[in-house]
Amino acid sequence: METAFTPWLSLGGGMMIGASAVLLMATNGRIAGISGLTSRIFARSTDGEARSVSALFVLGLLLAAPLWLLLSGEWPQQWVPSSPVLMAAAGLLVGFGAVFGSGCTSGHGVCGISRGSARSIVATIVFMSAAIATVLVTRHLI
Amino acid sequence: MKQIFALLSGLIFGLGLIISGMANPAKVLNFLDLFGSWDPSLAFVMGGGILVTAPGYAWLTRARSRPFFDSKFRIPQKSDLEPKLILGAAIFGTGWGLGGFCPGPALTALPIAATGTLIFVPFMLIGMWAARHAPDKPFALKGATQ
Repeated sequence: METAFTPWLSLGGGMMIGASAVLLMATNGRIAGISGLTSRIFARSTDGEARSVSALFVLGLLLAAPLWLLLSGEWPQQWVPSSPVLMAAAGLLVGFGAVFGSGCTSGHGVCGISRGSARSIVATIVFMSAAIATVLVTRHLI
Repeated sequence: MKQIFALLSGLIFGLGLIISGMANPAKVLNFLDLFGSWDPSLAFVMGGGILVTAPGYAWLTRARSRPFFDSKFRIPQKSDLEPKLILGAAIFGTGWGLGGFCPGPALTALPIAATGTLIFVPFMLIGMWAARHAPDKPFALKGATQ
């Protein structure tokens, strides 16, 4: 499925993500890494305050699309792969890999690179390469 | 106060994901499809994010010794490129390439309730739970000394 190239909307949306990351660091002193915040909600080691802050950030994420619906009258446009087996496997790999590797697109790709972390730069190169290779295999080789 | 700002940050983050197109797996998969229907848009999402976050973080840590409503900045201190980091990133990237969802967009898209999202998110949470409870050294026996 073709999608339109949207440089300005994507840049603007990306800058909002950056603004959110700076706001969270300025007020709460935390990295806006979604896999870290989400998994901290149910991690044993989390103290109550970290848990409530993480849960509220995730609640904010969950409220974004309904707010969009309220303001624009329609859900954001999307197409999601529907194969149950594929999506179950993808979910497991994403959830496990992101937490095991200490971060995902947000924690490593935006926040980590922004503070010049070598770990995050390496992790981003690795997950980007793995994702590109996976799409190459699923779309062009099988 | 910090709780209100955590909620607000999440909301802004989610709206940014929607506006940028990142909450749409079709767009993510096309970004990753360098050799097919390539859509470079998502490079602009990451670029825009870094464009704001890098100077923002630099300013914060220079101008302030602590956050406005908390006691300290929690910046990861690890610097070693351990196998766990590489392995985790490779596993994560493979799943990202299969479904077109990473954690933020999947949670943001959850209320839209597409079938694929409703399957992806619970399995993602199971995966996260498993990684949180996995031992750092998978082959070390419990209680064994080094």
